Amino acid sequence: MRTNEEMFAELDEFIESLNNDPEELIAILHRAQGIFGYLPMVVQKHIANKIGVNVSKVYGVVTFYSFFTMVPKGENVINVCLGTACFVRGSQQVLEKFEELLKIKNGHTTEDGKFTLTSLRCVGACALAPVVQINGETHGKVKASEVASILAKYQNN
Amino acid sequence: MCNIKIRSKQDLLNYYENVKGLLDIRNGVSKEVDKYHVSVCAGTGCTSSNSLKIVENLKHFVKEYHLEDKVEVAITGCFGFCAKGPIVKIFPDNTFYVQVKPEDAERIVKEHLVEKHVVEDLLYKTPDNKIIASQTEIPFYQKQHRIALRNAGYINPEVLAETIATRGYQALAKAIFDMTPDEIIDEVTKSGLRGRGGAGFPTGTKWKFAKASVSEKKYIICNADEGDPGAFMDRSIMEGDPHSVLESMAIAGYAIGADEGEIYIRAEYPLAVERLKIAIKQATDAGLLGDNIMGSNFSFHINIKYGAGAFVCGEETALIHSIEGNRGEPTLKPPFPAVRGLNGQPTNVNNVETWASVPVIILDGAENFAKIGTEKSKGTKVFALAGKINNVGLVEIPMGTTLREIIYDIGGGIVNNKKFKAVQTGGPSGGCLTEADLDTPIDYDNLVAKGSMMGSGGMIVLDEDDCMVDIAKFYLEFTVEESCGKCSPCRIGNKRLLEILKKITDGKGELEDIDRLYDLSKTIKDCSLCALGQTAPNPVLSTLKGFKDEYIAHVVDKKCPAGVCKNLISYAIDPEKCIGCGLCARNCPVGAITKTDTPTVKSPKMMVHVIDPKKCIKCGVCFSNCRFKAITK
Ligand SMILES: Cc1cc2nc3c(=O)[nH]c(=O)nc-3n(C[C@H](O)[C@H](O)[C@H](O)COP(=O)(O)O)c2cc1C
Repeated sequence: MRTNEEMFAELDEFIESLNNDPEELIAILHRAQGIFGYLPMVVQKHIANKIGVNVSKVYGVVTFYSFFTMVPKGENVINVCLGTACFVRGSQQVLEKFEELLKIKNGHTTEDGKFTLTSLRCVGACALAPVVQINGETHGKVKASEVASILAKYQNN
Repeated sequence: MCNIKIRSKQDLLNYYENVKGLLDIRNGVSKEVDKYHVSVCAGTGCTSSNSLKIVENLKHFVKEYHLEDKVEVAITGCFGFCAKGPIVKIFPDNTFYVQVKPEDAERIVKEHLVEKHVVEDLLYKTPDNKIIASQTEIPFYQKQHRIALRNAGYINPEVLAETIATRGYQALAKAIFDMTPDEIIDEVTKSGLRGRGGAGFPTGTKWKFAKASVSEKKYIICNADEGDPGAFMDRSIMEGDPHSVLESMAIAGYAIGADEGEIYIRAEYPLAVERLKIAIKQATDAGLLGDNIMGSNFSFHINIKYGAGAFVCGEETALIHSIEGNRGEPTLKPPFPAVRGLNGQPTNVNNVETWASVPVIILDGAENFAKIGTEKSKGTKVFALAGKINNVGLVEIPMGTTLREIIYDIGGGIVNNKKFKAVQTGGPSGGCLTEADLDTPIDYDNLVAKGSMMGSGGMIVLDEDDCMVDIAKFYLEFTVEESCGKCSPCRIGNKRLLEILKKITDGKGELEDIDRLYDLSKTIKDCSLCALGQTAPNPVLSTLKGFKDEYIAHVVDKKCPAGVCKNLISYAIDPEKCIGCGLCARNCPVGAITKTDTPTVKSPKMMVHVIDPKKCIKCGVCFSNCRFKAITK
């Protein structure tokens, strides 16, 4: 684990490399989320000060884009593709199965912090529909009946 | 080769002469015997199926069999035939291996490259079991014509010399050194090229407006947001042929007088981002981008700007606000970006596929391009063909091809020979076309006339198991989620529209709801600020047009004919067909299925099963597991 100071130092270095330009806010937020894993208020305030805009502006941008999150993600991030191609091949049922087994709704994280369940729209691997990505690894042609065994693989690490 | 610096048009032509031989094996004109080039698809689809491991293994075995001097193994962009991926193609004989696994690498090297016979079980088989070895003979490819995808599946996108060997950057050289800006714009206008991002606006006309705006600073933008769920053609172009987009943006920069370009792309498309970054660096180092391109007075710089997952940011005004670091909310047009765009300066926005078509037009002439297509829609269009279709993949067809040709000849028909029901084009802004539209030649105007639109190129095939009300609801859920909330017709109207659809699919709809859908749709279309809202009701209107009887069945008969809407179906076991195996009972997650005392028709020892409707949660597991089709819904 890195210390907070180290993480803020990395962020500052990045912001300064962009000349503290408020136009680069989205790029800065991408980097910040990469460093901290999410965008808590302290980070947003820090960025706002650094580039000389109101924190309301930063907050406005963070909450606009679905990629940005203000809550930390779990150890394992499950992304169920809800693009049209996956949808017509049953990804909704797959998502519901994940919700049932993890006892959380789409967009939430389990209490033990092990899993975050989210959905996205089109991975670009439509031939493998329905697609589920877990920690960036793609599982193709997933059936609702296979969800339990997929989860088991990630349960213990 | 990396240190090459192009300082004139002649330099580029010399470089081309030097490297064009790189593609000889692939073009089948190499005089050297026994030399092979092995291309492995490294697009998003195939890499998801581990194709990079195949590359690694192939390289390993090429070494082990001492073929390093004879065989080159390299990655390439998307071949398009994603349903059969990962794909490995061997040149010069064009052998096309499908569904290759990493452990097949040794056999490909040993049998094909050493012993010189094809590995038969890795070849493509038609549905009637005919084995086809060569790519060009596979039906999937026969009606296609690749322009935007010309280099995907052909060159290694990470090697600049290979782009140069396909005459890359020669269109830019021709534009800068041999043409005036007006001549370029004329050529693009004459080609009849229309925007591939959705609306189909004539590209030449758009450039003309941007050129006419007087300003010291102008911008070129490549719209690579590709937010239509179920579309992946722009990504594949950038992954497979990134230089074509860069070259084209520079051509437009020269034509309209811009010195800076921005590629707006989602951070969620890491592979495309990576390939673009590599390409920009290569082109800049070689003097093909940046200051004084190829020794001329023209300078053009390209930056990558990241989106963060908001569909509305594909709309050009919203996109511009997003690049400026703001919430991606659209603004009213006019002023159009050509007058007031990025940072308040004149800006020309085009889609990735539009960009990828331009170099061909400049280099080979507008007439050649305009020969392809229909009267008002020239050239080709890439579609991401997906859904209930056998040959899921990327297809590029001449405008004017019919839906029937795409679905049956190229697409290989519907999965499991089910009955075709509809095809959805245009994504959340588009609509559904029916059986009756199958013979309509595809072009911008025909699709609009039929109640859909070209859109960016998503094409989702639906079969008898899809409920059209449910599909309309799916798209509405998407637009409600993605509506930016700035204008109330879109923010509130679409939400209400969705609520009505939910009511209908929940079995609580009434006949008046259908009129409400029409009314509300019209208001939303007329009053929304941007095209997201203006087109959001299209999926509802077009399904109402083609499948009104399904809506009626939901609200009047309280039935979902396709058996999708849970509240409108009930599962039961047909005692005539049940053989009493008990598979359904064992798999039922809620114990709703039990054995009765009634013996089955087949055997007096086996008992018919029954479902308790009170316990049934309608998950459908019994239905999909029963091998005797004894479960009805
Ligand atoms: C809601 C919405 C989403 C859009 N998404 C995209 C997109 O993802 N990619 C794209 O190129 N155009 C998209 N467009 C169209 C653009 O606004 C614009 O017309 C297009 O980029 C112009 O390029 P073209 O003339 O080359 O098609 C979208 C439009 C709307 C209203």
